[in-house]
Amino acid sequence: MRVALFLTCVNDTLYPDTGRAVVKLLTRLGVEVDFPMTQTCCGQAHYNTGYRHEAEPLARHFSDVFGEYEAIVTPSGSCGAMVRELYPRMGERARAEGRGDSLAATLAPVVPKTYELTEFLVDVLGVTDVGAYYPHTVTYHPTCHGLRGLGLGDRPRRLLRAVKGLELVELPGAEECCGFGGTFALKNADVSAAMGADKVRNAASTGAEVLCAADNSCLMHIGGTMARLSTGMRPVHIAEILASTEEEPAV
Amino acid sequence: MSGRDRILGRVRRALADVPPDEVPYEQALQRDYLREHGARSVEETVELLAENLADYRAIVHRTTSKELADVIGRLLSERGSKSVLVPSGLDAEWLGRTDAGRADDRAESTPAELDRVESVVTGCAVAVAETGTIVLDGSPDQGRRRITLVPDHHICVVRVPEQVVSSVPQALERLDPARPLTWISGPSATSDIELDRVEGVHGPRTLEVILVSDSSEGRG
Amino acid sequence: MSGTYLGMPAFPKAAHEAVRNETLRGNLRHATHTIRAKRATAVAEVSDWALLREAGKRIKDHTLRHLDRYLVQLEESVTAAGGTVHWAADAGEANRIVAELVKATGESEVVKVKSMATQEIGLNEALEAEGIRAYETDLAELIVQLGKDRPSHILVPAIHRNRGEIRDIFRSEMSEWGRPAPEDLTDTPAELAEAARLHLREKFLRAKVGISGANFMIAETGTLVVVESEGNGRMCLTLPETLISVVGIEKILPTWRDLEVFLQTLPRSSTAERMNPYTSMWTGTTDEDGPRNFHLVLLDNGRTDTLADEVGRQALRCIRCSACLNVCPVYERAGGHAYGSVYPGPIGAILSPQLRGTGSEIDASLPYASSLCGACYEVCPVAIDIPEVLVHLRERIVEGGPATREGNKVVLKPAKGHAAERAAMRAARWAFSHPGALRTGQRMASRTRRLHPRTLPGPGKAWSGSRDLPTVPAEPFRDWWQRTGGGKGGAK
Repeated sequence: MRVALFLTCVNDTLYPDTGRAVVKLLTRLGVEVDFPMTQTCCGQAHYNTGYRHEAEPLARHFSDVFGEYEAIVTPSGSCGAMVRELYPRMGERARAEGRGDSLAATLAPVVPKTYELTEFLVDVLGVTDVGAYYPHTVTYHPTCHGLRGLGLGDRPRRLLRAVKGLELVELPGAEECCGFGGTFALKNADVSAAMGADKVRNAASTGAEVLCAADNSCLMHIGGTMARLSTGMRPVHIAEILASTEEEPAV
Repeated sequence: MSGRDRILGRVRRALADVPPDEVPYEQALQRDYLREHGARSVEETVELLAENLADYRAIVHRTTSKELADVIGRLLSERGSKSVLVPSGLDAEWLGRTDAGRADDRAESTPAELDRVESVVTGCAVAVAETGTIVLDGSPDQGRRRITLVPDHHICVVRVPEQVVSSVPQALERLDPARPLTWISGPSATSDIELDRVEGVHGPRTLEVILVSDSSEGRG
Repeated sequence: MSGTYLGMPAFPKAAHEAVRNETLRGNLRHATHTIRAKRATAVAEVSDWALLREAGKRIKDHTLRHLDRYLVQLEESVTAAGGTVHWAADAGEANRIVAELVKATGESEVVKVKSMATQEIGLNEALEAEGIRAYETDLAELIVQLGKDRPSHILVPAIHRNRGEIRDIFRSEMSEWGRPAPEDLTDTPAELAEAARLHLREKFLRAKVGISGANFMIAETGTLVVVESEGNGRMCLTLPETLISVVGIEKILPTWRDLEVFLQTLPRSSTAERMNPYTSMWTGTTDEDGPRNFHLVLLDNGRTDTLADEVGRQALRCIRCSACLNVCPVYERAGGHAYGSVYPGPIGAILSPQLRGTGSEIDASLPYASSLCGACYEVCPVAIDIPEVLVHLRERIVEGGPATREGNKVVLKPAKGHAAERAAMRAARWAFSHPGALRTGQRMASRTRRLHPRTLPGPGKAWSGSRDLPTVPAEPFRDWWQRTGGGKGGAK
C-alpha cells in the first residue's frame, strides 16, 4: 500500500519528532510511507478564520500533491477534519456562488482516502496493539475536531491501552475543549487561557506524567500553559508513544 | 405598504433559491422515529405512568371506581380543605364522601374568589406514561383552565387503563387542538435558582393523581 | 434590537472582565455542569434521539423554505379561531402595536410570561415610555427585573446569580414593586420561590392584560404553544381578559402532528426533564375560558434577512432550548453578558450578528467568540451546525460580500481592523502555494532559533501572556526526510 504522510505545516515546522515517529511506526507495521516534498498546508487556518477564498488554492494544491496516493495519513485530527469535512463544503459553496463544479471535482478524490493516524491504524491496518512500549502514566485528551469532527471515538484509548508499560488514567472533563481553537487563542486570549488553565488543572489532578493527544496544535497550547503553570507534566503526541519500543524507547 | 405585505415580500425574496416544485411536506419528511419507546403490557404502561408521575413529585394513589369517592373524601380531609372547586360535568358521586364546601366553576367568579378555594377535583383527557403527564382539555369534567391553576391543591382522576397512552405522539393523536389544552407533569416547579429543580411556585404546589380502575377488575 | 445593548464593547473586552470574576465563574460552572449531566441522562432515555433530532431539523427546514405559505395559513387559522393577527417588520413597529393594544384596554399594567422575542425588541422599556408598567413573572426574569440587571441565559436569565445574591435582591427590591419579601427570608431555593409566589400572586389576580411569546405556532390549526415550569405562564395566558402574544415568524410548524417531535426534544434539551411541568396550548379564543381577546403579533426584526442567507438561515431552526449555552466552554467562562444580546452563547453568536447585522463592534466580534469545538452542534436538538455558521459569518466580516439588511440586498465592505490579519493570511497563502518559499522560511526559523524569546511583546502577548512558546527545532521535518532518505538506514 502506497501511503502518503500528510504531516501538516505545524508539525513539519515545529514538531518534526512527531513526523519521525509516524514514519517509524508505520514502517514497523509494514507500510511504505512517502512524504511528498511539495506538500504545504491544508488551508484550515485560512478557512476557519473566514478566508475561505484564500484557502481554496491551498486545497487545490493539496489535491494535486496527494491525489495519486492510495491513502493519506495525518497525525492531526483537525487537519484531517479539514480535508474530510470541510473540503466537500468548500466545493458546495463554490457551486452555490455560481463557480461550477471544478473545485468540488478537484477535491473529491482526496476526501475519502484521508485518515487521521489512529483511524488508519485501527480501521485500515486493523491493529490496536502496535507493539509499543512506554513505561509512563499517561492521561489522554481527545481533541475536539478528532472527537466530534472525525468521530475518532475510543480508537486512541484502545491503542494506548495496548501499549506495554503504559498506565492510562482518565482525564476529568476530557471532552471539553482545551481552548486552543486556532486564531481563537489570540483573538480571545483571556477565555482561551482560562480554558487552557482548567484543562491543565484537570490533567494535573490525575497525577499522570504525560498528557497525550493526537494533535500538536492543541498540545502546543496545553504544553505552553503547563510550562507557565509549572506542573511538571509533559505534552506528548500519541504517535511518539506508539512509535516507542523497548529497543528504541522514546525519551 | 402594510407590515404584512412588507414581511411576506421579504420572505419571498429571501427564498429565491428555493425551487417551486419541492417535494410535498409529508413525502419530504420521514417520520421514522418511534411511536413509543419499548414494548409494555397495559398494566406495565399504567405502572410506568405512576412511576414517572411520582418521579416529578406528584402524589399517586390507585383505587377502584367503587372506592373512588372514599379516596377523594380522605384526601380532602387529610389536607384539611374546607372548600373544593368542582367542574360542571364532574361525576357527582366522586364528591359523595366529603364535607368540604362545593364551589362551582362559574364564568363570573373572579380570580380572587378562586384564590380562596383550597382544592380542585377534575378528570382528565389523557395521561402519558413515558413522561408522567396528564392533559386537560376543558371538557365538562375538567372545567375552565384557571380552576386547576389558582387553588394550591389539585386532585386529578385518571381512568386506567383507557385514558393512558404510552407516549407523546400517541397523546397528540387523541387530543383536539381546537380545545384549550393544559399538559401537567408534576406540581409547579422552577429550575431558575442555580439550575436546580425546586417544586412549588405559582401553580398548585400539591398535585395528587388518582389512577382509578374499573371495580369489576377488583384491583386494590 | 433593544437599545440596552447599543454600544456594547467587543466580546473579548467584555470577557476579559468576566473571566476574572471568581463568583461569576463559580456560579456558571456550578449551574452549567449540573444541567449538562442531567441533559445527557434525559436524552439517553430516548432511544430514537438521533431520529427525533433529524426530524426536528427537517420539519424546521421545510417550514423555513416555505415560510410565506405557512405564515398566510397561520393567519387564516388564528383569525378563524377568533384571534387577531398583526405584522411587525421591526422592533419599533412591534412595540407600537403592543402599546396601542394595551392602551385600548384602558389598563396601565401588564403581566408578562418570559419571552425572548419581547426581550429582543425591548418591549418593557417601550411600554414604560408609554406609561405602562410590565411585570415579569418568570422567577429568573423577576430576579433580573428587580436587580435592574440584564439576562445572561436564554432559559435561566439569572443564571449568573447564586442563591445568596437572589435573596439580597429580593430583600432590598421587592418592596419597590409590590409585596415586600419576608423579613427573615433565607437563601434556600424553596423559600425564595415562595417569596416570588406571594409577591406575584396579587399581580396575577388583578391582571387584565397578559403578554407572552410562544414556543410553537401551528399553521394548520392556529394553535399557539407555551412551554414552562412555574405556572406563571398559565396565569398570564388564562386569567387576563386580553392576551397579546409576540412571536417571531420562524416559530411556525406546519401541522399539529409536528409537536410530537418537539414536545419530546425541547424539555429534555432545555431543563433536562422528560416533560416540563406545564404546557399550554390555545387556539384563538374559547367561550368563557381564558382571555376574550387574543392578539398575535408576528415579528420579523431581522429574521427575513437571516432567512435570505442560505448558510445562515439554519439559525432560524432554533427552539431556544439553551443546551448549546450549557455545554459551551466559552459561555461558561465569559458569561452571558459578554455576548451583548438577549441571545447569549453559541446560538447568540450566530443569531445576533444576523438579526442585527455585523455593523457594531460587538456584533462583528461575536463570530469569533468560539473555539469551534463543536459541543454546541452535538447537543443541538435541531442540528444547527453552529461552527459552520460562525465560520460563514467570519467570512462575511473579513471578506464582505452580499447580505440582506431590512429586506434590501446590500454588498458589505470588508470590516476594518482586519487589514494586518488579511495581509498575513494572503502572505501565508502565497508561501503555502510555493513550497520553496515555505522551506526557506522554515530554515530561517530553525537557524535563528536560539535567538527566539519565550515570550513575545506587542500583539504576540495574546499568546505568550499565558503560554510559553514552542521551541523551534534544529531542522524542519522535510529537511530530515531529504537528508536521511526518509529515515532509511537508521539515520536519526
